Amino acid sequence: MSETPQDLRYSESHEWVRVESDGSVTVGITGHAQELLGDLVFVETPEPGSAASAGEACATVESVKAASDVYAPVSGEIVAVNEGLADAPELVNESPYDDGWLFRIRPAETTQLDALMDADAYDAKVASES
Amino acid sequence: MTLKTTPLHAAHQRADARLVDFAGWEMPLHYGSQIDEHHAVRSGAGVFDVSHMQVVDVSGGQAQAFLRRLLANDVAKLRARGRALYSCMLNTEGGVVDDLIVYFRGDEGYRMVVNAATAEGDVAHMRAVAEGLDASVETRPELALLAVQGPEAVAKVAPLLPDRLRTAGELRPFHAVWGEEWMAARTGYTGEDGFEIMLPAERAEAFWDALLRSGTRPIGLGARDTLRLEAGMNLYGTDMDESTTPLVSNLGWTVAWEPPDRDFIGRAALERQRAEGVPAQLVGLVLEGRGVLRGGTRIETPAGDGTVTSGSFSPTLGVSIALARIPAASDAAELTAHLRGRTMPVRRVKPPFVRHGKSLLD
Repeated sequence: MSETPQDLRYSESHEWVRVESDGSVTVGITGHAQELLGDLVFVETPEPGSAASAGEACATVESVKAASDVYAPVSGEIVAVNEGLADAPELVNESPYDDGWLFRIRPAETTQLDALMDADAYDAKVASES
Repeated sequence: MTLKTTPLHAAHQRADARLVDFAGWEMPLHYGSQIDEHHAVRSGAGVFDVSHMQVVDVSGGQAQAFLRRLLANDVAKLRARGRALYSCMLNTEGGVVDDLIVYFRGDEGYRMVVNAATAEGDVAHMRAVAEGLDASVETRPELALLAVQGPEAVAKVAPLLPDRLRTAGELRPFHAVWGEEWMAARTGYTGEDGFEIMLPAERAEAFWDALLRSGTRPIGLGARDTLRLEAGMNLYGTDMDESTTPLVSNLGWTVAWEPPDRDFIGRAALERQRAEGVPAQLVGLVLEGRGVLRGGTRIETPAGDGTVTSGSFSPTLGVSIALARIPAASDAAELTAHLRGRTMPVRRVKPPFVRHGKSLLD
């Protein structure tokens, strides 16, 4: 199983969040989430420029097994999406924390980030669910 | 509940299988990537542990008469030793109790292979039907069952078989050879060439290891499902069950109506359904857009609604395919799928979707 990176924050619904130097946040799904889903076959990312609301579905990842919504961990504007996933959804399986990122949000405010877990808390949550 | 395990359980763990509960058995779902495994079977060779399926031997002076009563297809067609056929086993209402392959083994009688989830009920049903006949129904739990499938399967398997089975490489489809408690049949569930091999459980691990050393990939249940779906083959419990007849399951071809006086279980109900009009049909669907048809997806047709029975992403075709049960009166080529709050056009096709690694779509 993949290691949970220490420098990211994690949501209850298995998204990870990286705060970039320009203040935007990059979002993907965790190594644990992609393992549960199995091989991804389609990824639907939001439109750049659209608005995202914390806790609401923002993208869809569809695997051989099921379709799952990906929730925006913070509210704000979608400023970038990973275009490469349209042709290579397997990047999410192969590199969930790097090449398999999904979208980037410019947060309207940053306090929502405080509600996210650190890596140890996320690992403990995963362990308690299995 | 403790899950049952096959003789290859340790081998699966060594191969890093993701193990899941399948009908009470702990079985490999995949060994890393289901899609890679799928492609390996279409382009090379893969081995599946299907030891959870049940081997049932039938012997006795009335073995043939028993099976001609039990099965909707007619074992009297099996004139030569080693021939096999696919059949449904029906209840009196014509519903499918299970689907199976039956092999004719000459003086040794017949051998059937039935599904894991239904095995216990199947055997009870068979014994009830056999009552009063000179026909014994014996399970063979001491046998392991492996399927080796793909264009390179025959070349990989042939050198590893016991001497008495060395002619297996020359077998035609739906033919089998056996000896020394092994049996090799040119059958499968993938639409590729290959074998299904029964062998003593204690020999299974060495055979499995030798196959892996030869470059044969281990394949889990995930890829088994997408391979069989591409091959247009029904999955019991999903595409058909006790509430559906072969006539609404695209399996009319497996019902042997001749001779008319063969009174197989379910015959009267099937004849009634045929006379009254078969209400539904099982068809193939292709979704060209981005999305995946899943079991339960609603399919709208001009003649009324239908439902996807099996749907998935087809790794060979790069789009979603499905089997769906729709009204018999529906003959439209373009239908509409209701998918996660959206509607998407789907094209109706005649299964199979893929055969011998090649797309059969226009």
